[in-house]
Amino acid sequence: MVLAVRELRKSYGDVTAVDGISFEVGRGEIVGLLGPNGAGKTTTINMILGVLEPSGGSIAVGGIDLAKHRSRALERTNFAAVYAQLPGNLTVEQNLRVFGLIYGVKPLGQRIEERLRQFDLERLRKTKCGVLSSGEQTRVSLAKAMLNDPQLLLLDEPTASLDPATARDIRAKIREFATHASTGILWTSHNMYEVEEVCNRVLFLSRGKILLEGNPRTLPAEHGHGTLEDLFVAAAREPLALEHS
Amino acid sequence: MRLHRVAAIFLRQFYLVRGSPARVLPLLGWVTIDMVLWGFMSRYLNSVTAARFNFVPGLLGAVLLWDFFGRIMLGVTTAFFEDVWSRNFLNFFATPLSVSEYLAGLIFSSIASSSVGLGAMLVLAAVVFGLWFFAYGAVMIPFLLVLFLFGIALGVFATALVLWLGPAAEWFVWPIPAMLSPFAAVFYPLSALPRWMQYISHILPPAYVFENLRAIVGGRGPSAIALAISVALAAGYIVMAAWFFARIYRRVVRTGLIARYSAETLG
Repeated sequence: MVLAVRELRKSYGDVTAVDGISFEVGRGEIVGLLGPNGAGKTTTINMILGVLEPSGGSIAVGGIDLAKHRSRALERTNFAAVYAQLPGNLTVEQNLRVFGLIYGVKPLGQRIEERLRQFDLERLRKTKCGVLSSGEQTRVSLAKAMLNDPQLLLLDEPTASLDPATARDIRAKIREFATHASTGILWTSHNMYEVEEVCNRVLFLSRGKILLEGNPRTLPAEHGHGTLEDLFVAAAREPLALEHS
Repeated sequence: MRLHRVAAIFLRQFYLVRGSPARVLPLLGWVTIDMVLWGFMSRYLNSVTAARFNFVPGLLGAVLLWDFFGRIMLGVTTAFFEDVWSRNFLNFFATPLSVSEYLAGLIFSSIASSSVGLGAMLVLAAVVFGLWFFAYGAVMIPFLLVLFLFGIALGVFATALVLWLGPAAEWFVWPIPAMLSPFAAVFYPLSALPRWMQYISHILPPAYVFENLRAIVGGRGPSAIALAISVALAAGYIVMAAWFFARIYRRVVRTGLIARYSAETLG
């Protein structure tokens, strides 16, 4: 098990953003974290990344308690998010070197070359990240996210803003990485086609709680819906109905 | 503390400075202007006053030390602002990087950048105005250390303030050295200040440094007690600034502001 979340909770005064959720992510498993805007997905990811303190519950990465051993737990983790682009005033190679040092990657030079090749970034190595296209920036973020061969990879809408061809290519690379590096991936997306294609398991989050959990290819039929998108819409509009079904 | 993580913060600053003339010029520009301006002012004062006091070491030496202090403090805050301006907090603080490693990286960056300015000031003061600063010997080194420690403390405090109040609070930071200078008695003896200002001066380590600089230039020896008090004060401020930063960091992690820093507040 690479990620174990137990009774995780986050409240802001009277408002509860995440309400006692528990789940796990195994080695080589890709778990989709789904839900409408404001359901608590990014709050959950931020707590797992150690940039938001939970109000209750626990998070363990590779068996290491995040609250007690933050650095050791985060050494095994990495992330890419559409809202967290790497500094635009450094080149691709400079950014990878800085973050590689932070994660203590060895041998760093070799690993950087591997990731530049893997994400077709060799010709952009001396280019500042701020002038890259959205697709190129996403590839750099993913190269950074995989630099330390993390046990746990958090991807918050990694293919948002990508064209369909680039998104397909990126999905293939992430799947390949999960298989070869035995990395557990927690993936948020609003693209249900993508989720169905990539995820082994999905968690539907609504109002801070896990509403549904299961295989994205069989879950819609189990709840009387034709597609994952239909199920998503029903979960977003009438969560109580699904909770009792 | 892992040195490779401290090195990563330093390396980022190095890359930024190396690739940007707009960042290199301020390291040298302001100190050069100050040296030239106060150097000629000191020479002029020497020529029009009958006093036996030599203004070059007294005035220009004070400017040199005060600029050194200011560069150290702003070196820490500017390195921090680079992460504010590039919205880099989430990238950095979602890694194994600890607060102490991050601060150590900022401090090493400041040492490097302010050393460039200090070197330029020493060369200018010596070559153009004949002020051989190290002619005063090793006695100056502890006082430089006091200014260094207090500059670090104030830099860390100022970064915590910006982390707490949001990016717009950076405008509180720039005038801090200027606001302190009247109390630090950079250009005049403490006795020239009214009593209430002297009370404030006595809790500021630079006031002891400049009082002793004037004593050394005037041919009197430095005060060991004053040195001990200023070192203790500066060390105390470092501890308090680190505590304040850690407390603010915990607060922004608890509220989630660090992940949404551009919002400034969560209200």
